[in-house]
Amino acid sequence: MLLFAASRLLRAALTILFVMTFAFVVLRLSGDPALLIMSVDAPPEAIKAFRQAWGLDQPIWDQYVSYIGHAFTGDFGKSMRDGRPAIELVLERVPATLAITLPALALKIGLGIPAGIYAALHRNSVADRVTMAVSVAGFTMPSFVLALLLVLVFAVTLGWLPASGSDSAAHAILPIITLGVGGAAIMARFTRSAMLEVLGQPYIRAASAKGVTWRRVISHHALPNAAIPTVTIVGFMIGSLVAGAVVVESVFAWPGVGRLLVSAVANRDLAVVQALLMVIAASMVMANFAVDMAYGWLDPRVRSAPAGH
Amino acid sequence: MALRDTLAAPLPTSILRRWIRPLARWPLGVLLAASWLALMVIVALGADLLLPYSITAFDLKARLSPPLFFGGSLAHPLGTDELGRDVSARLIMSIRMSLLIALFGTLIATTLGTVLGFLAAHFRRWVETLILMAIDFQASMPFMIIALSVLAFFGNSLPLFIGLMGFHSWERYARIARGLTLAANEQGYAAAVRQLGAKPGRIYGLHILPNIASTLIVSMTLTFPEIILLESGLSFLGLGVQPPLTSLGNMVGYGREYITRAPWIMLAPATVIVLTTLSISLLGDWLRDKLDPTLR
Repeated sequence: MLLFAASRLLRAALTILFVMTFAFVVLRLSGDPALLIMSVDAPPEAIKAFRQAWGLDQPIWDQYVSYIGHAFTGDFGKSMRDGRPAIELVLERVPATLAITLPALALKIGLGIPAGIYAALHRNSVADRVTMAVSVAGFTMPSFVLALLLVLVFAVTLGWLPASGSDSAAHAILPIITLGVGGAAIMARFTRSAMLEVLGQPYIRAASAKGVTWRRVISHHALPNAAIPTVTIVGFMIGSLVAGAVVVESVFAWPGVGRLLVSAVANRDLAVVQALLMVIAASMVMANFAVDMAYGWLDPRVRSAPAGH
Repeated sequence: MALRDTLAAPLPTSILRRWIRPLARWPLGVLLAASWLALMVIVALGADLLLPYSITAFDLKARLSPPLFFGGSLAHPLGTDELGRDVSARLIMSIRMSLLIALFGTLIATTLGTVLGFLAAHFRRWVETLILMAIDFQASMPFMIIALSVLAFFGNSLPLFIGLMGFHSWERYARIARGLTLAANEQGYAAAVRQLGAKPGRIYGLHILPNIASTLIVSMTLTFPEIILLESGLSFLGLGVQPPLTSLGNMVGYGREYITRAPWIMLAPATVIVLTTLSISLLGDWLRDKLDPTLR
């Protein structure tokens, strides 16, 4: 188990290194970073000073090493817009994003998993068909369309909830619903198919045949096995807690990480984009690592299997 | 007159057998989905002929005119925006743009992924390791984030944007192509052609590709709507297709400003997005059951 954890940890670190290399390569491919970050009309002395400060006059390999070194200490440079350290700008937005993505995650799990299990246990019933129809709709409807429909109904027509902003708790309701309902649809679909897959396995038949009550077959034989693929989806959703609300935050003018990303991309504030990329990659990788660990705990077969493909 | 004559003449039985009868056996949902997609393709192909107005033509006397049946007039069946531009005209051009981007994006992703998958399976060793690492990287980051950072670094232009969409889900095809090629190499038919002296290009293009095509096509029905959603999401944020060009997401983003006074500007393209992605998903599910032997 320790070896398993170590190999997964190594892989997580490699992925982060890969993301940082990606940012480095893309930044260098796109032109002179000094000109991009400083803006074209900066005085030549400033550009020269910037080049020296960032080591841009060094060979590319030295640049790469020092970039990685800076990145590991959380130093991504300063935002072009307001001159504050980029990482600070990013980290101060994280709580606002979590304030809507965490309740949304609870909604996804609390609605999606029971609905999926129920649909699987009552296959081809009316409830199953309704669940699947809603889930397909949730699957194919882009979040901004759902968000705008909710605004149209609850803010514009009924006037119950505010359409955008972040002044009160009521402002968080529509973003949470938008994120939660869409995710619950995906969750329900996966849980249902995982459950159906498990219910078709011989060990379920064996358990029923030896006289275990159906209720116990479900709770002790089917659910633990169906949990394995479901954990993957939950893990993916946990990984996207930080970055999964880009569009929704923009629709509702919610001051989170996603909205910062959109404005940083629109302004080409590269230091902030790099810092965001790092924070998002770190959160995704940590979630993947947690999923791998949960796998090892849920499924002993994974533990002994060699890492890799 | 000529039309009536052809209609009166009995249809040749071969056409009847080949086209009409199977159609009647299609489930209703699939039939509706296929009809909607056919309509979208016709609109996209015939956009120039169908355009009622130029997309930049102003009708200042009919600004924010509502759609027909909601108090609007026949002149602007889907209403107008605040400059008096015809919503239906903009919708037609947007459908063409969004479908075009999704089509090219899907084709690029399929080609790129399949070729990389073949390369990985052919060369093994470090080539395969490198490609597998790239697959892992692509799968570990949400593509929207990758796309946004590339747009931040490179700026935006239509060719770049389309190319970027082509990087969406290439890793799915690379995985499929690699896995199925490895399986095919063990199945003997690939080895047999190789023994006969065929070059790699011939083995992969003429023997392995046809055998894995059905799985690839099913995956394309997943990628196509995903790219529509991604493109419209980015365009909605103002970071995708740039004005004066217009796409479905672009229209929704623009219509958001008028959601209280003129919700139809936003609802028309939103409906098209939802119906199109829904139709492709339905058709894809059905195709998967029909085509993909691995899922039976």
